[in-house]
Order: sequence, then structure tokens, then C-alpha cells
Amino acid sequence: MGILEVKGVGKRFGGLQALGDVNLSVQQNTVHAIIGPNGAGKSTLLNCFVGKLIPDTGSVMFDGQSVLGRSPHEINQMGISRVFQTPEIFSDLNVMENMMIPCFAKRDGAFRLHAFEGVENEKELVEKAEQMLIDVNMIDKRFMHAASMSRGDKRRLEMAMCLVQEPKLLLLDEPTAGMARADTNNTIDLLKEIKEKRDITMAIIEHDMHVVFSLAERITVLAQGTPLVEDTPENIKGHPKVREAYLGEAH
Amino acid sequence: MLGLNKKDTRFLLIVVALTMATPILLQPFPEGSGLAQFNAGYPDLMQRFAIFGIFAIGFNILFGLTGYLSFGHAAFLGIGSYSVVWMYKLLDYNVIYGLPLAIVMSGIFALLIGYISLRRSGIYFSILTLAFAQMSFNLAYSVLTPITNGETGLQVYTNDPQVLLGATEPRSPHFFGIVMNNSSKVNVGDWVFTFNNGYYFCAVIAILAFYLSLRIFRSPFGLMLRAIKSNQQRLNYTGLNARPYTLAAFVISGMYAGLAGGLMASMDPLAGAERMQWTASGEVVLMTILGGVGTMMGPVLGAGVIKYMENIFSKINDQVLHGWFGWMPDGLEDFVIGISHFFVGKSWHLTSGLLFMIVVIFLPGGLVEGGQRIRAMFAKKRGDDDDDPKHQPKQAPHVAE
Ligand SMILES: Nc1ncnc2c1ncn2[C@@H]1O[C@H](COP(=O)(O)OP(=O)(O)OP(=O)(O)O)[C@@H](O)[C@H]1O
Ligand SMILES: [Mg+2]
Repeated sequence: MGILEVKGVGKRFGGLQALGDVNLSVQQNTVHAIIGPNGAGKSTLLNCFVGKLIPDTGSVMFDGQSVLGRSPHEINQMGISRVFQTPEIFSDLNVMENMMIPCFAKRDGAFRLHAFEGVENEKELVEKAEQMLIDVNMIDKRFMHAASMSRGDKRRLEMAMCLVQEPKLLLLDEPTAGMARADTNNTIDLLKEIKEKRDITMAIIEHDMHVVFSLAERITVLAQGTPLVEDTPENIKGHPKVREAYLGEAH
Repeated sequence: MLGLNKKDTRFLLIVVALTMATPILLQPFPEGSGLAQFNAGYPDLMQRFAIFGIFAIGFNILFGLTGYLSFGHAAFLGIGSYSVVWMYKLLDYNVIYGLPLAIVMSGIFALLIGYISLRRSGIYFSILTLAFAQMSFNLAYSVLTPITNGETGLQVYTNDPQVLLGATEPRSPHFFGIVMNNSSKVNVGDWVFTFNNGYYFCAVIAILAFYLSLRIFRSPFGLMLRAIKSNQQRLNYTGLNARPYTLAAFVISGMYAGLAGGLMASMDPLAGAERMQWTASGEVVLMTILGGVGTMMGPVLGAGVIKYMENIFSKINDQVLHGWFGWMPDGLEDFVIGISHFFVGKSWHLTSGLLFMIVVIFLPGGLVEGGQRIRAMFAKKRGDDDDDPKHQPKQAPHVAE
């Protein structure tokens, strides 16, 4: 039984069957990559995990509980954090403030009226946020306005915001898209490091095969809304069906 | 000190000093001089500065931090006023009963209105609040006449119960015997300064209100509110429920408005439905934007400027203008007065409108941004850096490696 169990999930947008009949099981403490050509339905699938979309059919169980019908903040509080395809950060705030918000969410839950404490007096959380920024190599940018950062930095910040919550499941939608090679390698190292230090499960969508094969322990190939194969990286590499899907040849 | 860091403590102390010295600071011109027109140190106006300052500070907690633009906050102003006058009628003229009630009542109404209005955001939220405020206005004006005394407005009559009224007690609003209307005048040379009890009562409460809002701005709660304005989607996916945060902000700002309304009735024991009209709701929006949305000082500044113009510019009539421009040749004088005519007296709205447009177009951060720019200019001239991290120019984007 995996930490995330997806059974028979389907989603239709008007005339387009974005997801057919997706079955997927993400095992605890593994890095599970979902790959597939553009428009295969990868982001749509992720949206069904975090409460952004409700699938038309099927079930999504996380940690033995259904996530369907729950709102995004409830799902996050269950232990799922998500990095978006285009970085979603608080661009009006500075880096440190961006980091403090997930820290509070983790400690205080979905709502707490702490109107008088003073953010800077929360020493423990400040330390935690700073440590995370050190880990992602952004500590020197902690007072920088988030909107004024490069795309790569925004992505790293978003990842740090997710990681600082110590989620049980981290969902990453193309975490290295738009990054320079060096940044991509840093990200790979960071994720590997996180993986070693903590018990964390990751589901990662990625086009960059270098990233996929550096990190993934299981790979699911999605094409036109249905999983083609699921296997280890070694077996996926030479799989004829995968090459077919990627080269866009007709079945 | 007081749970604030050094910089904020200094900021608060400056605000306290300015507020306390207002009766002196607003009276820069000697009595009888041509410029005495522009003195604003009289009780009625200073009270209004403090009261509208409170209104705007509270409004800014909602609008400035979360970005939810309410067009109905005047409703709470009215609720506050009615609460206070009712306590005069039932108990006595001590404002100690009415003001807490004003805060509680407006809080309850804000909870109700906020709960419904916050189901929508953006323009729909604004429209909902506007609709609620207009409904409250109409109720107060006609349907609820037994409670609000309709068109006439609520006031104290001699046959009201006033069960706590002692024989020697003041017959006008007071705070444990400190009568709001009373002032002491001090003459210093040609200058006359008026120190009014009512003003100082409002000023002390305004400082408390300011302090509270400063704490809220610096708190995790305040951070969440700013996060809501910045990216509500990210907030939700970070495990936070935006709804109760915005509702809490709505209720707090409604309570500030109720307090302000209560203070209006504490200065002048009257409450009328017109206080709830949409124009009054619009005014606080203008104040906040004019001063600087989301800044601590902006709303107070905006409230001050608008109330100043409303009271001072509107008093400048043709006679005064003739006094100023009398030295000009006749033809030119008539011409200048003809032009000025559009901007002062009854037409003061034109001046405030122009000022508002200029600020919105050239200083989107309001008057506070204007002040910051001037400061930055001077700092640059002196060639030293501004040590204030808030006002530090944004660091250049990091060059992508
Ligand atoms: N909200 C929506 N409404 C309508 N169609 C949608 C919506 N979201 C996605 N789609 C469509 O569903 C299909 C799958 O989209 P999705 O974003 O899941 O693909 P993807 O695998 O993430 O692709 P990419 O690699 O480009 O990110 C696409 O054809 C897309 O146009
Ligand atoms: Mg996608």
C-alpha cells in the first residue's frame, strides 16, 4: 500500500479527456517521477492530488484518507506540499517573510489569531526558516523583495517554502524548468540531500531526463491521459512504448 | 519596549509627541494675521482629525493589508454613534458605557456582513459591502425609526430615563467628569492655543488604536493578511485558510469604525443616518489611498489632509480672496479670483479631487511615498545610505548563474 493511492482517476475538460483511467501508487520514501509529452495530463493529475481539481471519476487516497472534496489548505495540513509549474510565491513580500508563512502554517494550523506576538520574536521559527535558506543557498538574499528575483531563485524559494514544512509528500511540477544547468544540478543535489536527511516522498514531473534519471526510483510514463508503463529508471530507458510516446509515433 | 522593536518604538514615540502637540503645531500663524485662516488648531477640527484617523487606521487593516476594498464601512460608523447616544439616553452622559458598546455592536455587525460579503472577492466583495451599507442606511433612515429616530437623528431628550444621571453630573458628554466640550485657551504672544478635553480624549484613544494596529502589522496575523493580498493561491496551498483571516481583519476594522463613530457621538451627542451613507464610506477609501495604502502613517495623513481641506478650504470665500489679491490691478484681481473661485469655498472638492488625481497618478504609494522619495533624495545628496531596511531600495535582481 503506497502513501498515495490513485485509482481510476478520470478528468474531462469539455470535449477533451485530459485524464483517462489513471492508476498510480507512490510508495513511501521513494522519488516517483511522472513523465510524458506536453499535454499528457501530468499537471492535471497533480491538480487532482492537491484539491485544485476534483476528478470526475476515481479516488485519490493519501495516508489512508481520501483527499477528494477537501480544500487545498486541508490537504496541505495532511502533509502534501506542492511546487507549481510557474513559481507561486508571495511576490510582494521579502524572502524571509515568504519562508515564515509556511513555518506558521506548519506550527499553528490553518488559522490562528496571533495578532500581537511580533514575527521577529518567533526565534525558533526564524531559525528554522534561516536554516532552510542556508540549505538552499539563499541566505544572503533573505531581505530581498521576492518579485525582483530571477526565475530560478523564485523556484528555489518556492521549493524551500515547501520543504520547510517537512511534508510527507512533496509534489514537484517541473522544478527545474527555466533554470540554468548549474542551478538544475544544484536542485538535484538539494533534493538528494533532503531525501537523505528526512523521510520524504516525492512525486516529480519533469521533462529534463537528466533530472529524472538522477533522482527517480520509479517512473510512470503518461501519454494522452493514461499511464503507459510504470517501472524502474533502468527499464524505462529502453522501453519501446516510451520512445514511441516521446517520438509521437502513432500506436 | 511595549513589544515593539527599537525602530517601531521610536516611530510610536514620534506619533505620540506629534499627537500631543497638535493644538500647538496646527496653530502656526498668529491670531489676526492674514494667514490665521490656515490655522487648524481648533477643537472641532482636531477632534475630527483624531476620529477620522482612527477610522482610516482601522480601514487600512482590511484594505491596506488584505486588499479587500470595502465600500460599506460607514455603516459601522453609524452603529457606533447610535450605540453611544443610546447609552446617554438610558444611563447617563459618561461615555464609558457607550464606547465599549459601540465597539461590540459594530463588531457583531461586521461579523455578519463580513461573513456574507467575504464569500466573494474583488469587485463583487466591494459591491456586497456597499449594498449592506446602503441597506443599513435605509433601515436607519426609515424602517428602524424607533431605534434611530429616523430623519431627525437620535438625540437625548429631557424625558429620557438616564437612570444613572446624578444631580451634579455634567449635562453633556464627559469621561468621569472630564467634560468633552471644555477647553482651556492659552495666549502666547499673538498666538492662541486651545487645549480641548475632547481632543485629548480622542487623541489618547487614537494613539492606542495606532499602537494596536502597529502590533497587528508586525504580527504573524498581519503577515498572513499581507500574504492574502499577495497570493491567495499560494497561501491556500501552504495550508492556511484565508477566509477566517480576512473575516478577522474585517471585524477588527469594523470595530475601529464603530469606535470612531462612537467618538463622534462622544464629542457631539447626536447620531444621524447620514453618517452611514455611501459617500462616508467612499471618503475613508480616499483617505487611505491619498495617504498611502498599507502604510502605518498614510491613512492618518490622508484623513488629516482631507479633513483639513474640507474645513479650511471651504471657508475661503470671495471676501477672503479679495483680501489676498487686493494688491493686484483690478482686472487681474478679478481674473485671479475668478479662477480661485473654482478651488475654494463651496468648490473645495475640486481641489481635493485634483490633489487625489495627482497623487494617484504620480505617487501610487500615496503621500507617504512622496515623503519617502523626498527623504531618499536628501539621503542621496548627503551621500550616505539609509539604514532603514524598509526604505532600502530593492536589491537588484540576482544575476542568473
Ligand atoms: N483548466 C483546464 N481547462 C481546460 N483544459 C485544460 C485545463 N487544464 C488543462 N487542460 C488541458 O488538458 C490537457 C492536459 O494538460 P496538462 O497541463 O495536465 O498537461 P501537462 O502534461 O502538464 O503538459 P506540460 O508538459 O505542457 O505541462 C491539455 O490539453 C490542456 O490543454
Ligand atoms: Mg504541466
